[in-house]
Amino acid sequence: MPEHGPGRRPVPLPGWSGSHRRPARVAPNLTDSMPEQNILAEQLPNGLTLIMEPMSEVRSAAFSLLVPAGSIYEPTGFNGTASILTDLITRGAGDRNSRELSSALDNLGIQRSESVGWNFITFSAASVAENVIPGLKIYADIIRDPLLPQEQFPAAMSSAEQSLLAIEDDPQRKVLVELRRRCYDAPWNRPVDGTLSELEAVTPANARSHYKTNFRPNGTILGVAGHIDPDRVREAVQELFGDWSTAPAPEVTRVPRKAAETHLAADSAQTHIGLAFDAVPYRHEDYYAAWAAVSILSGGSSSRLFTEVREKRGLCYSVYASLNSLLEEARILAYAGTTVERAQETLDVMLAEIRKLKDGIDDSELFRCKARAKSALIMQQESTAARASAIARDWFHLGRVQTLDEIHGKLDRLTVTDILDYVRSHPVDDITLLAVGPEPLQLPD
Amino acid sequence: MHFHQTQLPNGLQVIAELNPKAQSTAAGFFVRTGSRDETPEVSGVSHFLEHMAFKGDERYTADDINRIFDELGARYNASTSEEVTLFYAAVLPEYLPQTFELLATLITPSLRQDDFDLEKKVILEEIGMYEDLPGFTAYDHVMQQHFSGHPLGNSILGTTESISALTAEQMRLYHADRYKAGNIILAVAGNTTWENVTQLAEEHCGDWPAGDPPRDTTEAAPKGAQFCVPRPSIQQQHVMQLGPAPPSASPLRFAADLLSVIVGDDSGSRLYWDIVDPGYAEAAELSYNDYDGSGTWATYVCSRPEDIRDNLDRVGVIYEEVNRHGVTEEELKQAQNKVSARIVLQSERPMGRLASLGGNWLYRGEYRTVEDDLNVVRSLTTADIRELLNRYPLRQLTTVGVGPLEKLDAPAENSSTPPAT
Repeated sequence: MPEHGPGRRPVPLPGWSGSHRRPARVAPNLTDSMPEQNILAEQLPNGLTLIMEPMSEVRSAAFSLLVPAGSIYEPTGFNGTASILTDLITRGAGDRNSRELSSALDNLGIQRSESVGWNFITFSAASVAENVIPGLKIYADIIRDPLLPQEQFPAAMSSAEQSLLAIEDDPQRKVLVELRRRCYDAPWNRPVDGTLSELEAVTPANARSHYKTNFRPNGTILGVAGHIDPDRVREAVQELFGDWSTAPAPEVTRVPRKAAETHLAADSAQTHIGLAFDAVPYRHEDYYAAWAAVSILSGGSSSRLFTEVREKRGLCYSVYASLNSLLEEARILAYAGTTVERAQETLDVMLAEIRKLKDGIDDSELFRCKARAKSALIMQQESTAARASAIARDWFHLGRVQTLDEIHGKLDRLTVTDILDYVRSHPVDDITLLAVGPEPLQLPD
Repeated sequence: MHFHQTQLPNGLQVIAELNPKAQSTAAGFFVRTGSRDETPEVSGVSHFLEHMAFKGDERYTADDINRIFDELGARYNASTSEEVTLFYAAVLPEYLPQTFELLATLITPSLRQDDFDLEKKVILEEIGMYEDLPGFTAYDHVMQQHFSGHPLGNSILGTTESISALTAEQMRLYHADRYKAGNIILAVAGNTTWENVTQLAEEHCGDWPAGDPPRDTTEAAPKGAQFCVPRPSIQQQHVMQLGPAPPSASPLRFAADLLSVIVGDDSGSRLYWDIVDPGYAEAAELSYNDYDGSGTWATYVCSRPEDIRDNLDRVGVIYEEVNRHGVTEEELKQAQNKVSARIVLQSERPMGRLASLGGNWLYRGEYRTVEDDLNVVRSLTTADIRELLNRYPLRQLTTVGVGPLEKLDAPAENSSTPPAT
């Protein structure tokens, strides 16, 4: 429930404006050094990767444990298996039942969450630094020795079903789930929370089999960041995961997506608009150019979408675009929510702005994009949870971890020409549109 | 960490908790105004005004404000609640002076007619957006019902009707009345010097009009109500229930925080184990909200409509049990560990410290270090929880449902009654 009332805008910050010619008020990159980092990456003989980033100025530590058991590994027709397993897996492990497990983590003050993604089930945890190794010990039980109690399966099933009903009730989330279904091939287009019509097919045996097949050290990535002693963490990880046996990685078969309706009727106050089109993934050499293009469209309040759609026309409260990257492909996903009678105009303006990028980008826009990125990179050093997750994610996408300095360098070298080259060589022609609301919308020519 | 405070001649209070090792600096203006300070004719004006703040003054246009904040790489936003309007930014230390100048500009906007007309459309869209979020709709309505006749019942967003009818002149009058220096606190956390802070404050806030507008903070005496907002096309039933809890100045507030974690945290709490873990509901949570002079126990339950009645009964049984027998030592210990870790994690960022710094000063005129908060959390006993429950038992006094049900048929409230006063 909201602690504070509504703000000026939702997070993530949307944002832009036309071409301001006035001189920038801040010299770019006066002090260019990023905070010092020491990142250690190593692989256990069984294939588990451990990445550590010791941070001395904090009291906390966090880890992000990525197990390659995401929804793309579900058998076709059983979407929701990974989600149910994720619920079930914390209901007891090792010699602790569900409540004992939860109490043990609470007593360590572990702030935690488990989430299903396309590639991974992710276990995130953070606490005061001295509790992180004891926390890892409990997580080793969860990962390697879960009880997966049969009698609690109906409860896990009921929770999963209700989460899906909640998405049905939230058109903002619904449009993004269904947009993804329409813009990626299977199985990368599956909703990570499951699909109502497939959920009831999932049995306890499915959940157990998903666990057995996919919970394996090869492909698992553990990122640990914060006030840690790397030697002690390494020792603990070797002890906890060293004798975990390797298993073959399952095959994933790509099935081309099918065309689907561009309108889902809903009795909602607003029409919720989703748009998707191709981009390049995180590992691609043009990634930062693509990222900058999205940032110029939607990073900050001076970005083009925010300025043209909201500030100049008052068409909506929330409008944004984001770059969504899988390992080998990526999409730009854009959203706006607006009242029915203004929805078509909103869509038209959004698309016009997206297409206009190729006509020119002002230096000042790139400048702002770099300034925001630099600040965000430095502030990431204030959150151990953000760092733990970033180093694990980097490893998955790149097979190595980039330092903040390296990322900053890449951004800093970007020119307007680089971004224009990118935008022009990736014309926005294959657009996926979805509207959730009372009326359908038309893509303009 | 070093704490500093001063007051400008016009009454603006300036506080700072400085940490030379932080990577960033956060600054915020806490304006002691919100929906509770509105009359019915201007319902929603505080929040609308918060948006208008970003439209600039004689010196800066709306485009300038958006552009310069982005040039500075600032992470910034604003929020409006029942009683505080907050404007804040986190930025790399070297960019604090320009960021501060812009933040200060937000407090004295021109409120131009054409900007007002355009932004009104955005506010109406925002009302539409929240209408599509059943949980928020339930919150808005349960506050209105519970605090009926009390200013805390005023809606933050206002309604389509009140916003449509609002004029720029009414907003100007409200601004002149509420945005006086004595009603504003400037809080700064993170990496800068006190000299910087005072100099910036004097330069950019020194000429703000003095004054300290009053606020009626009489404790509410809610009588309870039941209300349904039928939404035939949605799947789940969302219910919020409120009961009286300690006000923000009460020393019982720490115990109230811990009790809400023990009883209604989103995992490992009594509501969680008895209602969420077995799959009866998607969510069943208790939170403690404190306001100037009043407070609420806020229960949120979301489940299939056919199960909602049973779930509310289950909540009632748990509350009754807690009211009678209190909590166990083990539960308390666990909640203390949970809350302590949360405090540490939240305080690692200057942005995380800002809310607590400003809130403590605004509500209680006090400065508390992270250690102060950790110490008080660790020192609480089951006897403190008992004392809290004697004074403010857990209640489901006011109930609002949003969902397919036209009538909630909520159970009679548990028999715990507040003590005679």
